Amino acid sequence: MALKFPIFMDSQSTTPADPRVVEAMLPYFTEKFGHPASRNHPFGWEAEAAVDRAREQLAALIGARDPKELVFTSGGTEAINLAIKGVAEMYREKGNHIVTTVIEQRAGLDVCKRLERQGFQVTYVPVQADGLVDVEEIRKAITDKTILISVMFANNEVGTIQDIAAIGKLAKEKGIIFHTDATQAVGKIPVSVEAMGIDLLSCTAHLIYGPKGVGALYVRRKSPRVRISPLFDGGGHERGMRPGTLPVPLIVGFGKAAEIARTSMDEEAARLRTLRDRLQDKILSSVDEAFLNGHPERRLPHNLNISFAYVEGESVLMGLNKESALSSGSACTSSTLEPSYVISALGASAELAHSSIRFSLHRFSTEEEVDFVAAKTIEVVKRLRDMSPLYELAKEGVDLKSIQWKAE
Amino acid sequence: MAYSDKVVDHYNNPRNVGSFTKDTPGVGTGLVGAPECGDVMKLQIKVNLETGVIEDAKFKTFGCGSAIASSSLATEWLKGKTVDEAAKIKNTDIVNELKLPPVKIHCSVLAEDAIKAALADYKDKHGAQAEAGATTK
Repeated sequence: MALKFPIFMDSQSTTPADPRVVEAMLPYFTEKFGHPASRNHPFGWEAEAAVDRAREQLAALIGARDPKELVFTSGGTEAINLAIKGVAEMYREKGNHIVTTVIEQRAGLDVCKRLERQGFQVTYVPVQADGLVDVEEIRKAITDKTILISVMFANNEVGTIQDIAAIGKLAKEKGIIFHTDATQAVGKIPVSVEAMGIDLLSCTAHLIYGPKGVGALYVRRKSPRVRISPLFDGGGHERGMRPGTLPVPLIVGFGKAAEIARTSMDEEAARLRTLRDRLQDKILSSVDEAFLNGHPERRLPHNLNISFAYVEGESVLMGLNKESALSSGSACTSSTLEPSYVISALGASAELAHSSIRFSLHRFSTEEEVDFVAAKTIEVVKRLRDMSPLYELAKEGVDLKSIQWKAE
Repeated sequence: MAYSDKVVDHYNNPRNVGSFTKDTPGVGTGLVGAPECGDVMKLQIKVNLETGVIEDAKFKTFGCGSAIASSSLATEWLKGKTVDEAAKIKNTDIVNELKLPPVKIHCSVLAEDAIKAALADYKDKHGAQAEAGATTK
């Protein structure tokens, strides 16, 4: 098959909607436009049935006992906000301490920072060099005031998959509510809220080939029954946890995407893992001083994150972006002017954080695309190293750390 | 963020990439920035000791496309200028030429720092000749 440009290899930022998802959604914009809360006419009934079906599809994907445990939101960010703020407000009398990690998505970290300003105490547990959280570190962080443990399922940058079942077990043992941001994991690897002891789980449609603008929060109803305060007030939709008219077409699309993900996950994960390993082998066998970020095995099958020493990430992307779309942990590609806090948290030097490139494959990635991107990346990194003063110094045997750098 | 055509051109066809041996007569070297900040520029000038004119300039840069473009442009501008004229290159000139957005202004500042550092190094090493060269123009 001929290559089609640009090649998309940034599926951990978003994914294209699967055509089957779009097809399922379309009728709900026009002829099936009813409001699911309209209880007294067929338009409402039809819309409510569609939402219920999507809830079932999503519940099946995450192993929930009851579809009613799912609350639809506008996306992952809202789900994370609802989970953490919802618990903080509801259980404030019980305690004011939250345990989370340093590598959570910005939404998780920013919610915790806000809560700290409001008098909550937050412990940010560090991660090991492979991105894994030591469950014992979480245990040590727990106090008698801890009301919530919030740990992401799989990391958005380096793909490391946490031992969620062990954290779930610990939370249960201590009687603490456990939230996981599973936006990167749901639909990609097996997730089971029942088997893993998860009380709250955030996920989003647009990372599983569904539409943008819809996500969900799983809220456990039994053993224990978790209660959360809503973020805002309104008509009592979603059992009062998330008022607002449900975006039925988006929810239908989310449900369809969940169903496709559930039925194709094993095969798709195996295929992407093979492609990812091919990409990794090609690059690491051709480029010296290129380092794999994250855990070598416990990571998402479609994720590859490599730091190329002595070249800056944005300049690598610039050499690639005519033909392919990737992302970098470089400060120059972020809005904060700081390099990736995730790569930095793994103990890598700031320089290597600036030099990280994330390749993320998806359902429509092909072997030809992988081969093209591998070859092009190797070429661009070599070219940039030829113009890198750091590479030159390193090749002359100069220890870069011995130089007194004059920062701006 | 889209890049200006000039930044893309300098990135794709960087001018004067390379290095002079540091102790060659007439060479001044500036090394500025820091790896942990994501930007390091090495800029070198080769000055004609008789005339005080910069006959050649070279750079190597670790940094984003705008940093590469800023230093590439700087080497172009340095060639043919006297040491004193070179000292007048301002980062705002680079910003205007490359149409750098606000978040990339630090790249032009670093390029100006690199020029200044190379000139200072040249003057350090060639104090007497540098003065002599300056008086002949």
